[in-house]
Amino acid sequence: MSSSENQKRKIAIIGGGLAGLSAAMKIAEMSLEKKDIIVQLFSIVPVKRSHSVCAQGGINAANKTTGDSTYQHFDDTIYGGDFLANQGPVKKMCDAAPDIIDLFDRMGVPFNRTAEGRIDRRRFGGTLHPRTAYAGATTGQQLLYALDEQVRRYESEGLVEKYEGWEYLSASFDENGACCGIIAQNLVTMEIQAFPVDALIIATGGPGLVYGRSTNSVSNNGLAVTSLYKQGAKYANGEFIQVHPTAIGGDDKLRLMSESARGEGGRVWVYGDASKTWIDTEGKERPCGETGKPWYFLEEKYPAYGNLVPRDIATREIFKIVYELKLGVEGRPFVFLDVSHISREKGREFLDRKLKGILEIYEKFKGVDPHKVPMEIFPAVHYSMGGLWADNETHMTNLKGVFAAGEADYQYHGANRLGANSLLSCVFTGLHIAGPEAVKFARSREKAAWELPAEIFEADVKKEKDFIDKLMNLSGSENPRLIHAELGNIMTENVTIVRNNEALRKTDEKIQELQKRFWNITVPDKGSWANQSIRYAHQLYYMLDLARIIVLGALQRDESRGAHYKPDFPNTNIDFLKTTIATYNKESESPIISYEEIDTSLIPPRARDYTKKTVSATGAITN
Amino acid sequence: MDTNKNATESQKVVKFKIKRQITPDSEAYWEEFETPWKPSLNIITLLMAQHTHPVTAAGHKSTPATYDANCLEEVCGSCTMVINGRVQQACTALVDKLEQPITIEPMSKFPVVRDLMVDRKRMFESLKWIKAWNPIDNTAPLGEGPKVSPEEQEKAYNFSRCMTCGCCLESCPQWSSDEGFIGPQAIAQSVLFNIHPTGKSLEDERVKGLIDNGLNICGNAQNCAAVCPKEVDLIGAISQANWQATKYMAKQILGKGH
Repeated sequence: MSSSENQKRKIAIIGGGLAGLSAAMKIAEMSLEKKDIIVQLFSIVPVKRSHSVCAQGGINAANKTTGDSTYQHFDDTIYGGDFLANQGPVKKMCDAAPDIIDLFDRMGVPFNRTAEGRIDRRRFGGTLHPRTAYAGATTGQQLLYALDEQVRRYESEGLVEKYEGWEYLSASFDENGACCGIIAQNLVTMEIQAFPVDALIIATGGPGLVYGRSTNSVSNNGLAVTSLYKQGAKYANGEFIQVHPTAIGGDDKLRLMSESARGEGGRVWVYGDASKTWIDTEGKERPCGETGKPWYFLEEKYPAYGNLVPRDIATREIFKIVYELKLGVEGRPFVFLDVSHISREKGREFLDRKLKGILEIYEKFKGVDPHKVPMEIFPAVHYSMGGLWADNETHMTNLKGVFAAGEADYQYHGANRLGANSLLSCVFTGLHIAGPEAVKFARSREKAAWELPAEIFEADVKKEKDFIDKLMNLSGSENPRLIHAELGNIMTENVTIVRNNEALRKTDEKIQELQKRFWNITVPDKGSWANQSIRYAHQLYYMLDLARIIVLGALQRDESRGAHYKPDFPNTNIDFLKTTIATYNKESESPIISYEEIDTSLIPPRARDYTKKTVSATGAITN
Repeated sequence: MDTNKNATESQKVVKFKIKRQITPDSEAYWEEFETPWKPSLNIITLLMAQHTHPVTAAGHKSTPATYDANCLEEVCGSCTMVINGRVQQACTALVDKLEQPITIEPMSKFPVVRDLMVDRKRMFESLKWIKAWNPIDNTAPLGEGPKVSPEEQEKAYNFSRCMTCGCCLESCPQWSSDEGFIGPQAIAQSVLFNIHPTGKSLEDERVKGLIDNGLNICGNAQNCAAVCPKEVDLIGAISQANWQATKYMAKQILGKGH
């Protein structure tokens, strides 16, 4: 690299999924004329293999065909998130959504089409409008590829440098407290290196690995956000973890069966048992269907939204069916998700055009053809509504020069994310907020990071090297994989669908025990070439801290809101209509929980009721 | 199928062999492992078990085998390996459908980094040679893209499901990682972008990229289509690309080229 290249301003983006690539594309475009900024894109995996490829069902944007509006999208999102999201940012996102779909259309995403050749839409959960644009059942993959292509174009013009197969470890800060670099490790050579940068965007997605098995990819380990938290970044709404209602089991991971299956007419059912009862919203006791006949319990309980109630509600209903009413399929913890009638009525090819991606996953893993028989599904940990705290306007975290985007931020989904809003929030935050704001920050700093004394970076590299050496030299009897399994099991048992304070307290004690035992591990590979065992141990170290953020946030929130459900506190409580903030206390090595006000200036909070269509106070009509 | 018919389920084990190679230059060797059988195991679960207990069937201490994996649901393309002699994704390779001992080895056409991890950089690089993108003006809100018929969409979607996994290149008798033939993966991507009204503007450059990188070396063995996990129409793409190349050459001869 020539010295003039070295003297350009740099922006590091950590993570090459939808948020990271959107930011990379935007920054490169903003630098196209002056060529004054270079993007350095870091990713554990080649960016084309990022977890965004797992997003199946689609991306939301209001469209003109069904009387939908961006305001209705905004209202559905706020209401679906049980009013925990800041309203200003959510409104901006929903307003920007139609243009985002157009942009992907221009980039060539093969969205499914209507007969006229326009982008087709389907309905998703928590709305009565079909506003979800989709490309088969692999929409995330197709959006990611479109961005990957544009970023490759900029890469070939020298505006983007990719560091694929590198893992972010920590950030460096200058004397003014602004981020001036990152420390990262090469996953093959294991070399640890400093990269002086003028702004940093964290777009590393969610922390599914904290739960052991989830619908997340192996790369979703939460290290980057937790490392920043331990360097002083605030972490917001950690306890809001979405459990998706429909997934299939596996010893290695839980595989998502998209909400789009229900959007296309899929029905959730179990065999009824009239000797058992449930209580409806008017307090009337009603039988659990007809004995021996399919009972479409979501359709009966929620006549307005049916199978497309929001995820938190569908998940709790399935949990009740299985564990309280004991109506799971053949007594096992599964319910049916049925699309076979669509195949019978409209033909196999019709169904494949809409859902092939997921039906093929089901058939490959279960050996059964879902065109013919109902799928057996159960809820699985899926998404983190919480993430790094960031400013509503700029997406800068409380650490100067560090920005958050995508699932790694916290702003857009409140207490429960609506399906097909995650791809939107990733692209919106990368393209419209974090990308441009990082450019502004990088251009405005007085001294460029490359001008700073090398000692700052050398000291930080040494810190990381010493820590990894320390892990490598441990020689105790504990196995990192088994500690991770214990963490995953207790988190899944106590910090998912149903939460109670005693179990949460025990979970926190257990995590602290695991943290002690962690220092008695042996890393089973002492090599210095493509050593995955040391990376795994290092990730586990941070997962334990992140787990405590989630657990303590849940413990202290004595209410039920969206995905956070405590039977002892079954209603929302206005005192908790606040953002949870976790900050790391170095002395106690624990999170300190505090709360921050929420922007509810546009839509006054109202109780959620998906059994009927309601009218919002601001006049949004159909919801 | 079931090699342990006499054993009760609780005693059943899965036997598997992993081809190990510590560095790119060192000799490869095989190690055999065993793990308790359970229903619905896949190759990823075997590798995870091997990471938890890196001890060979003979009781020798070993190390966790390095491998690439990410989504574990056959959509990211990471975990491609040669399993019982067939190139495929480890996540969708189900243990109960495989003869034991199951052999797990890295793809042979790509440089081995370590154990089952190989270097597939050339696949991503080749996408630059053929300008695998639609050259949009910018990200400003300029309205909808061109109208696309459902038929065109289906054709494009088929090519666009390619996850750069490498199966087609591993199975191709003409492809190698260091020279010559660009391979079916990039050819199909070239055809994909030539379908799109915006992408079409770079068709000549793309076709030239293919010709310069050995498009004509394809020997029509058709192994690629047989192993593609996403049923990408690679044969159709190659024939389409050859037709586009013929048109391009004719234009050059007639002096209408750039």
